[in-house]
Amino acid sequence: MERWLGNVLRIGVMISAGLVLSGGILYLCHYGATAPGYATFTGEPERLKDIYGILKSALSLHSRGIIQLGLLCLIATPVMRVIFSLGFYAKQKDALYCLITSIVLCLLIYSMAFAK
Amino acid sequence: MNTIESTLLIGLGSVLAGLIGALTGLGGGVVIVPLLTLAFGVDIRYAIGASLVSVIATSSSAAAAYIKEGYSNLRVGMFLEIATTLGALSGAFLALILSPRYIAIVFGLVLLQSAYSAWQNPKEVIEPKADRLAQILNMDSTYPTSNGLRWYHVQNVPGGFLLMLIAGALSGLLGIGSGALKVIAMDRIMKIPFKVSTTTSNFMIGVTAAASAGIYLNRGYIDPGLAMPVMLGVLLGATIGTHWLMKSKTQTLRILFSLVILILAVEMIFNGLKGKF
Repeated sequence: MERWLGNVLRIGVMISAGLVLSGGILYLCHYGATAPGYATFTGEPERLKDIYGILKSALSLHSRGIIQLGLLCLIATPVMRVIFSLGFYAKQKDALYCLITSIVLCLLIYSMAFAK
Repeated sequence: MNTIESTLLIGLGSVLAGLIGALTGLGGGVVIVPLLTLAFGVDIRYAIGASLVSVIATSSSAAAAYIKEGYSNLRVGMFLEIATTLGALSGAFLALILSPRYIAIVFGLVLLQSAYSAWQNPKEVIEPKADRLAQILNMDSTYPTSNGLRWYHVQNVPGGFLLMLIAGALSGLLGIGSGALKVIAMDRIMKIPFKVSTTTSNFMIGVTAAASAGIYLNRGYIDPGLAMPVMLGVLLGATIGTHWLMKSKTQTLRILFSLVILILAVEMIFNGLKGKF
């Protein structure tokens, strides 16, 4: 179990770092010479805020969309770890920890999909 | 300054933060937000979003390495993650209500606490008695020592749970891992051996940060252009730091870093009081 969970985490971080890096290079090629706008808060556009928007933007090879997809993979990595743990506890027929893990998973899904 | 220059500078600062954070065991997350807001003038909401993402990256990659060594207590971690994710959700909602200047002041206070914790030496006290609730939750376990595997009994589960709620809330409000507070909850209150506490805390930080990062993403607080150098930089620095950690004594560095944190704490509180955020 330990080895599997470790691999889930490692692969998740590697995929997301790869996406963020390649999106980042594209981003700097496109916008490198412009002035950054982090000092005033405007919020991100709709297409960079939810899963469908991010996927669409990344698939059309927009640099900021690719970075955001990488960050989404990163946020999903601990969630995948929890899903795998649930599988292991189910296999061990550990009802108590299946329940505990499910509560954590529900809270995570709620935050990613519904909460604002 | 154009985007290439600021990206490189922010990336460099993040490598340094990740490196020193890993070397001292204090985590780089605590200095990212002060660095971005005070030195680069980034809006605190974008800074918190970028910091959260970097916290997930470092904790996940470090946890992957630690988990194989057999220190982390996965059951304790999973049970307490109920508290930290609940806390993280409430922290992220609190961030909507509180004005940025108060967030900066709370941040400063938390920095003061982690500067203080750098001066504490871990004490190893193993409880001989088993606790009923911990037994029901099947939490007692072993950890590797130089004399082979050693048993420990987990104590005071409700007390640890309560402190984890607070640790989660601070993580969601400030975009940090709150590793220091998580370790206190396990090591001091639940009497879990120090090395087990630190590795289990590391393991929990990813899930805690993911709970609030989802909300920040939905809200549009995570800017890809800013999060990119921060995440890659901190990850690179922390990876170098953990490999280096095996070979070097870090007590002096720890003291120096705690002084840096102290200065940042005063700066955050001062600027918060003056309403500069």
